[in-house]
Amino acid sequence: MLLRLEPRGEHSRLWTYASPLLALALTVVTAAIIFSVLGKDPLQSLYVYLISPLTSTTGLPELFVKAAPLILIGVGLSLGFRANVWNIGAEGQYTLGAIFAAGLALSYPDAPAILLMPAMMVLGILGGMAWAAIPAYLRTRWNANEILTSLMLTYVAQLLLIYLVTGPWRDPEGYGFPQTALFSSNATPPMLVEGTRVHLGVLAAFLVAIIGWIVLTRSVIGFQLRVLGQAPRAARFAGFSQSRLIWLSLMVGGGLAGLAGMFEVAGPVGQLTPSISPGYGFTAIIVAFLGRLHPIGVIFGGLILALSYLGGEAAQIDLRMPNAVTGIFQGILLFFLLACDVLILYRLRGPKPAAAGGA
Amino acid sequence: MKRRTFNTLLGAGLLAGTAPMIIGRAAAADPLGIGFVYVGPVEDFGWTHAHDVGRKAVEAELGNQVKTTFVESVKEGPDSERVIAELASKGNKLIFTTSFGYMNPTIKVAQRFPDVKFEHCTGYKRAENVSTYNIRFYEGRYVQGVIAGRLSKSGIVGYIGSVPIPEVVMGMNAFIIGMRTVNPKARMKIVWVNAWYDPGKEGDSAKALIDQGADIIAQHTDSGAPLQVAQQRGVLGFGQASDMSALAPKAQLTASVDFWNPYYIQRAKDVIAGTWKSQDVWGGFDSGMLVMAPYANMPDDVAKAGKAAEEGIREGKIVIFKGPIKDQSGAEKVPAGTELDDGAIASMNWLAEGIDGQIPS
Repeated sequence: MLLRLEPRGEHSRLWTYASPLLALALTVVTAAIIFSVLGKDPLQSLYVYLISPLTSTTGLPELFVKAAPLILIGVGLSLGFRANVWNIGAEGQYTLGAIFAAGLALSYPDAPAILLMPAMMVLGILGGMAWAAIPAYLRTRWNANEILTSLMLTYVAQLLLIYLVTGPWRDPEGYGFPQTALFSSNATPPMLVEGTRVHLGVLAAFLVAIIGWIVLTRSVIGFQLRVLGQAPRAARFAGFSQSRLIWLSLMVGGGLAGLAGMFEVAGPVGQLTPSISPGYGFTAIIVAFLGRLHPIGVIFGGLILALSYLGGEAAQIDLRMPNAVTGIFQGILLFFLLACDVLILYRLRGPKPAAAGGA
Repeated sequence: MKRRTFNTLLGAGLLAGTAPMIIGRAAAADPLGIGFVYVGPVEDFGWTHAHDVGRKAVEAELGNQVKTTFVESVKEGPDSERVIAELASKGNKLIFTTSFGYMNPTIKVAQRFPDVKFEHCTGYKRAENVSTYNIRFYEGRYVQGVIAGRLSKSGIVGYIGSVPIPEVVMGMNAFIIGMRTVNPKARMKIVWVNAWYDPGKEGDSAKALIDQGADIIAQHTDSGAPLQVAQQRGVLGFGQASDMSALAPKAQLTASVDFWNPYYIQRAKDVIAGTWKSQDVWGGFDSGMLVMAPYANMPDDVAKAGKAAEEGIREGKIVIFKGPIKDQSGAEKVPAGTELDDGAIASMNWLAEGIDGQIPS
């Protein structure tokens, strides 16, 4: 018996939402098979991987802390991706946001927190926007592909960071190690929950996602972004300014990435070092797609990806599984997600009756 | 701040370990949970692999008195803080964090878990329940330099640096100082890859250095890629952290092997015995924490010279950072007759005469 794919001729609303759930279910089944091949009890392994990180007292707060930068960046990227503006350089914009905010934190460590913290947030956003402005200008002025320019600027940002922490901003009491001094307590975002690492940036991530949702669904700009992505010709006929939307996409994406960088270095990291990001800017691209380019979906995408990291660590500690399990789990999830998306535009059919019976 | 030598520590620990009362108590108690946090994969054939050899040695030596757990490829920064705290909250009472970037996270977690002992490798911040430990890798570099000085025809060594920190800088200087005891005109070309483990970049750097005339490759990075490139291009090199001869049997001359086993076993025993104290250890050849891998691919007289250098350092007859030492500009950095103390070595931020390249600043 052969299965066929038949075009639906339209987007299936049901499968737009059911596809990620089906992908998640298939991932869990596949992971269970892999666990048992590794010689582990599949049910216990799934529990350790997916549930146990949430049950410990520190697990849930840590999940939010890990997901926050992914959500912040992911929301910004998803707005741009909807308009077919492919900002791949969020990692660099994140870095610049961190650098801008750190400059202020290191220059005025004793400024009152009530002034310093908002100023650092503004500078973080400006830093990310400044870095994203380069691909925006090159795209709108010279039609240079923003995928390439934004990606390459990531490496420039990393070198700028290394220059600063090994050179002018190096901690004079740091024994020559490439790092700045630790930020003062005034330059550290307040903790929302006592005894955890849940900082102001976590709240900001959720707020931003909600605002992003409202903008996308309720504002003219959101409408224009969606039209530009789905029907660029229609957008042109409607008189939407394409370059204005490109600028807007990159400024929002860059600004939010910069804000994420600011919160990460001021909060969990506490200083500038050469390794302020474990690739959040790139992982957030996955998060954006996992969340169907929808700001609320991005929250779930960020939480699921964060869970895969925490689960991978729990699997190493409790089950002595190799770290590669994390990467495999993420890979399977993406594979199924892309595969299941076929169901949005196509429906699965059995063999044609005509072909089968010949009647 | 004076660094205690490893020998006195080892002696004191052995005494404590032989007390029968303590052994009896340990056997009756629950196994001691020991956690290890690794920056790379355990199969990196270098830095992390060497630490994991130490972990296994603890299990082999202390059997069911201990239960070890490791988490590999943990990113430096906030991720490591989460992992260290997770290990502490899951009942591990002794935790080794084996990369410099774990320093502030280790200190932060240690404040939250005052009854857990922490050991941070290569850092400088200590606390009541946080020790630091490291190996005098630069002693091995000097020996490598002596061998390179005898074997290099072009008189140029290519050196792959990881990140520009004193530890890497002192290794470069020790190498060129050792090399110039044999060939006073020897030169070193350096590349910074700004990573500890990046086989692609490391391999590319080795190619670039060989193209610039280097016929010996040395590395302060963790993968075997540079040695593999050396073997392909028919030049020689030195392994890093672990014996890498399996990766490049025709290219590896020797390797500075980090031998953490005695230290890890001792510290586990200290916790079991209740004699663990915060300390700072910096062990070289004489501590047994640094050993050279079997000498290969070189004539006997060169191997002999290498062994002699090893022995000289172990016995204190060779003092590597003893004047006169000039820096790159030719200016005298260490006057004749003066020896650098550990503080000056540990914060070294200048390159010695004969090195082409710069410390990024």
